[in-house]
Amino acid sequence: MSELATLTLAEAREKLRAGETTARALTEACLAAIEGAAALNAFVRVDPERALAAADAADARRAAGEDGPVLGLPIGIKDVYCTEGLGTQSASRILEDFVPPYESTVTMKLREAGAVALGKCNMDEFAMGSTTEHSVYGATVSPWRRAGDTAPLTAGGSSGGSAAAVAADLCLAALGSDTGGSIRQPAAFTGTVGIKPTYGRCSRWGMVAYASSLDQAGPMTKTVRDAAILLGAIAGHDPKDSTSAPREVPDFEAALKGDMRGRRIGLPKEYGADLPDEIAALWDRGAEMLRDAGAEVVEISLPNTPHALPAYYIIATAEASSNLARYDGVRYGRRASLGQGDGIVDLYEKSRAEGFGREVQRRVMIGAYVLSAGYYDAYYLRAQKIRSLVRADFEAAFGQVDAILTPVTPSAAFPLGEMEGDPVKMYLQDVFSVTLNLAGLPGISVPVGLSGEGLPLGLQLIGRPWGEAELLDTAFALERAAGFGHKPESWWR
Amino acid sequence: MSIDTDTARRIAGLARIRVEEADLPGLAGELSQILGWVEQLQAVDVSGVEPMTSVTPMALPMREDTVTSGDMRDKVMANAPDAREGFFAVPKVVE
Repeated sequence: MSELATLTLAEAREKLRAGETTARALTEACLAAIEGAAALNAFVRVDPERALAAADAADARRAAGEDGPVLGLPIGIKDVYCTEGLGTQSASRILEDFVPPYESTVTMKLREAGAVALGKCNMDEFAMGSTTEHSVYGATVSPWRRAGDTAPLTAGGSSGGSAAAVAADLCLAALGSDTGGSIRQPAAFTGTVGIKPTYGRCSRWGMVAYASSLDQAGPMTKTVRDAAILLGAIAGHDPKDSTSAPREVPDFEAALKGDMRGRRIGLPKEYGADLPDEIAALWDRGAEMLRDAGAEVVEISLPNTPHALPAYYIIATAEASSNLARYDGVRYGRRASLGQGDGIVDLYEKSRAEGFGREVQRRVMIGAYVLSAGYYDAYYLRAQKIRSLVRADFEAAFGQVDAILTPVTPSAAFPLGEMEGDPVKMYLQDVFSVTLNLAGLPGISVPVGLSGEGLPLGLQLIGRPWGEAELLDTAFALERAAGFGHKPESWWR
Repeated sequence: MSIDTDTARRIAGLARIRVEEADLPGLAGELSQILGWVEQLQAVDVSGVEPMTSVTPMALPMREDTVTSGDMRDKVMANAPDAREGFFAVPKVVE
């Protein structure tokens, strides 16, 4: 395999600028790597012709004297983003054969900037899941394995295809999306970097919706610098998304200095409850690294943490039940075949029963229930109040500290199938990540070490709203101190 | 919170998802498990707390009340499972 696919965005950009490689060569290397990695099921739809045409166009732009942060760089796109003329299903059967007549804003920004979209990455159906097993395309298999064991592991979810693709060097970087941890948890499981930006930093237009007050687009990359580069390329105000913020996008890459002197980092004591020893030790090590880099590390309290996860599941499912009402078997997607005398309600009910997977059905039903007459106040309204409490916790904490350091996940990656039949156990995967989505805050997962079984473990840094530049800088310092540098053995080729 | 079979049937109906009778007890069990888990929120004191309705506090922007998009019938209908003569076709709705 060509070494080109193993490059970071920053390295490939340097080679392009120096004339040492071309967008076409980079794209061909990635396409070859994808073709040799069918066993991972990370990419589910690839259009080589289209990707190569984009690469040639980027090379022509460069030959004409143009340059740009992502010009000519091949990137994987989570199947949650509508891509004009390229099938998009959000990994659901109900969107079978759906070919978007338009392009999502974030992928359009990448296209205009000359990045090369390689194809679509696997995910949990409608981004509902933490394992990338709940997919119409079948499960994604992590490139990582436990030492001395060939059991297939999860790459995390819901952006597990994007994470596996980046970790296995099938692309230089990928887009994910994060509603409750769907970028950060798979990044932690695969030794990659994933950032969920502040709610409103990136446009949600053209992203297949799960829970609109929680969904955010974000990069999944090999390094923190790459996360800064890709975030800069997709961020910014979009009149087509009324919740996208009319704010200047700072130069995230220029913010990477790694000098932690004068920075105060908080460790929320509530996150330490019931923490496995291995994760607790990792968290201690991360705190030590930031202290060594010059930061002051203090204990803080986020007292409403224990309520965040159940509140999240009420809000997310309520929004999902309302967002997914659009899948009716009439306007697009799959329609069930009807029996004699079946009416419009049969059409809806049968199409949705056939088209939605089990986890999606479960969440849509829970959402319909918590919004239904007589239960709205007890569930949904109460959850929205708890959401206020969770945000207030963070506001108070950010009066004392500049960033917060926590674990990303309660464990390293686990075997596929392990969470089957126990939804609540799967939901608990998100215990450290959902709080940020509820509060709208940016968070980043950085690989910091290996578990006893030889699997990647990550730590999460949480920043102030709109503070991605400073957050990336702190992550840069942590990345440098951790010096992770591990790669999975390439058994899949 | 325990969901019985009748309630499970009603929830599936609200969600417009067909669930066969034989599958209702299993569904009721799963829903009970999830709702039982979120039940812990009832113990939280939320008196005097305003519900959060805007993620990043900002006023929703206003724009001119003008048509900004449209005139793309064929694009809109291109993905329909059954479109005829510029209409979405559905089973008979009115008797």
